Amino acid sequence: METLVYKKPECLKKDGKFTFCPGCGHGVVLRMIAELIDEFGIQGDTIAISSVGCSIFLEKFYDLDVAGASHGRSPSVATGIKRSLPGKFVFTYQGDGDALTIGLNETIHTASRGEKITTICINNTNFGMTGGQASATTLVGQVTKTTPTGRNPEYVGYPIHAAEMVAKCDGAAFVARVSICSPASIKKAKEILKKAFEMQIKGIGYSFVEVLATCPTNWGMSPVDSMKHIKDDIEKVHPTGIFKDITQTEAR
Amino acid sequence: MIKTSSKVLVKGNEAIAQAALNAGCKCYFGYPITPQSEIGEFMSRKMPELGRTFVPAESELASISMVIGAGTTGTKAMTSSSSCGIALMQEALSAMVCAEVPGVIISVMRGGPGLGNIAPAQGDYFQAVKGGGNGDYKVVVLAPATVQEAVNLTYRAFHLSMKYRTPVILLADGILGQMMEPVEFGEYPYEEIDTSAWALSGAKNRKPRFLVSLHMQEGEMEAITNRIFEKHDLIAKNETTYEAYQTEDADLIITAFGTVARVAKAAVKKAREKGMKAGLFRPVTLVPFPDEALHNAAKSAKMVLDIEMNKGQMLVDVRSAVFGAAPVEFYGRPAGGLITLEDIYGQIEKRLG
Amino acid sequence: MDTSIIISGYGGQGLLFAGSLLCHAAMIEGKQTTWIPSYGAEMRGGAANCSVHISDDEVSSPIVNMSDVVFALNQPSEDKFEKRVKPGGLFIVNSSMAKIERKRADIEYIFIPMNEIAAQKPEPVFINVMAVGAFIEKTGILKESSVKEALKSMMSGKKAHLLDANLASFDYGAEFIKDFARV
Repeated sequence: METLVYKKPECLKKDGKFTFCPGCGHGVVLRMIAELIDEFGIQGDTIAISSVGCSIFLEKFYDLDVAGASHGRSPSVATGIKRSLPGKFVFTYQGDGDALTIGLNETIHTASRGEKITTICINNTNFGMTGGQASATTLVGQVTKTTPTGRNPEYVGYPIHAAEMVAKCDGAAFVARVSICSPASIKKAKEILKKAFEMQIKGIGYSFVEVLATCPTNWGMSPVDSMKHIKDDIEKVHPTGIFKDITQTEAR
Repeated sequence: MIKTSSKVLVKGNEAIAQAALNAGCKCYFGYPITPQSEIGEFMSRKMPELGRTFVPAESELASISMVIGAGTTGTKAMTSSSSCGIALMQEALSAMVCAEVPGVIISVMRGGPGLGNIAPAQGDYFQAVKGGGNGDYKVVVLAPATVQEAVNLTYRAFHLSMKYRTPVILLADGILGQMMEPVEFGEYPYEEIDTSAWALSGAKNRKPRFLVSLHMQEGEMEAITNRIFEKHDLIAKNETTYEAYQTEDADLIITAFGTVARVAKAAVKKAREKGMKAGLFRPVTLVPFPDEALHNAAKSAKMVLDIEMNKGQMLVDVRSAVFGAAPVEFYGRPAGGLITLEDIYGQIEKRLG
Repeated sequence: MDTSIIISGYGGQGLLFAGSLLCHAAMIEGKQTTWIPSYGAEMRGGAANCSVHISDDEVSSPIVNMSDVVFALNQPSEDKFEKRVKPGGLFIVNSSMAKIERKRADIEYIFIPMNEIAAQKPEPVFINVMAVGAFIEKTGILKESSVKEALKSMMSGKKAHLLDANLASFDYGAEFIKDFARV
């Protein structure tokens, strides 16, 4: 007797394959998003906005309508789409370079306007696609292509704490940081992503989920060590948790 | 706005905004900059009344990206700005052309370079016509000379944008934006364009669609670029417009666009009264540029004099179109230097008097 | 027939309104007209002006360099625009805020102590509209009735309570010219 325990989500392309490096966190998150879209049954009502970086190739993986954006501008493209088609599910998929470095202005303003969209921000503390340069979230001491002796705050300043900052925006309804460094944390991440989706589907408001994700190639670590690095180092600087949930606040 | 029977006394900026509403513009996204802020102010009042969208964007980068978002859904959308603000939109304009996303951009030029000043100028001809974005691309550019024409061309901008799935820039200057004159709006004169074959709406009961501007497969980008330029050949064939005033027998043909062309027309009239054979050739579409018509007009003239409120930008296209059919000279004032009737008449008299 | 008019003074003196009033009246009479402000920096108290054309035919050149008529409502405007009155043109000066001085022999000057006149009247008087009244009485370029009709439509809604004072201001300007002619 066979029991099916694992199948490809409907909204992932049948013949599509993720093209990420071994151990990369993107595939895990993209799959979680696909599962949620299936679970909510919104594949035909979803428009995804791709951004610039390793997050760009959404149309290669998803059987979804996809709009492109210039670097950092996905929340603005999402705004234009959502205002035109308020009944559709609209999400941006961005990295820390896109959403928090070049596009921080758009991120903060879109959150403050309370646009009823969802942003999933993959934070791997570097510019992955261009080969691992320092980004807004790079840890103090972290070695990257542009912080060759480790990030020196005296010289290049401190990392930005995105979820905390977005949570301060009055227009944001739901803000969380999750991690995908273990089966348990992945399970938790999916629960939180589901909440974020609900915020939009129920018309409550803007949701933002920052996902601490691995980048073994640019970190120069094995996939296993990368997971450990998130747990031991990154989470200390960028702690996980729900930073804002207006449905809970109101209940209180 | 002040109305009499059919005409309305209205500022250029407000006329453009009203025309956009009449054209069915559903979304306006913008960031304030003189001399076009009245457009956004007008939209902030009218859009909510009509149940449409006004979003005060955080920057011109954001406003043009919002236009892209709306455009991908086949929704008529617009932004407006001036010189430095339009500069910030160049990357997005290039991406819009590549992804074939419609949208209307109102550019009300001020003096530059740099922050420049807020005086009327035409220093952004290159910015609109040649573009500051990356790669091989073209944007359709329309240049009104009167407030009435600004209304008519706003209608046309929306039409061309939807018909050809391309950004269209309406290139005005501070005078047109700030000037009041009586106009007739009439109704939007074009048929609605069906966008259902390409617009994003969620992939329900159909194949997914993507409107993006990154194409990494070998040969993919080349094919797309070629297709976009074929589209522009079609636009040139179908949509090129210009005004030729007294050019048939003219010894001296003035080339000018926008407000300067309007002033030049008065100078040509004055010159004709004094027996000097001057004429005016005014491109209405700057892209596509009326090369052939200008070349043919120049053949019978002794001289072409290009006049612009800049250091000689359309001049490049005028020379290319005239292509030796007559000598081309230039008169211009940059960065807010106004060109008056007396200036242009003086230039004619110097050559024909 | 094409008449160009520059109205200049301090921002806050209602120059732009005076210009649009002329434009509106011209439109009521079916004439062609254009109005361009100096814009941006004309905050209250700054130097400002607007240029108006009133024409029987299409206005080809909305930009006014040398003007048939100039209103100067303060000293800086008198200094700046005296040289931009066309030979044979008319220069209307608010002598309450500018010197009575005739530097040119080839233009006609009308000096009106607008602020003094305004101060003597029982109701609030708008010197911009007073200047328009004087100009219309002097030149007859537009009918008094058209200007008053324009005032009525511009002073509607929230501004309706200012209509009577505006109509009176227009009359004070016109009366000054009539009295002036008698002298």
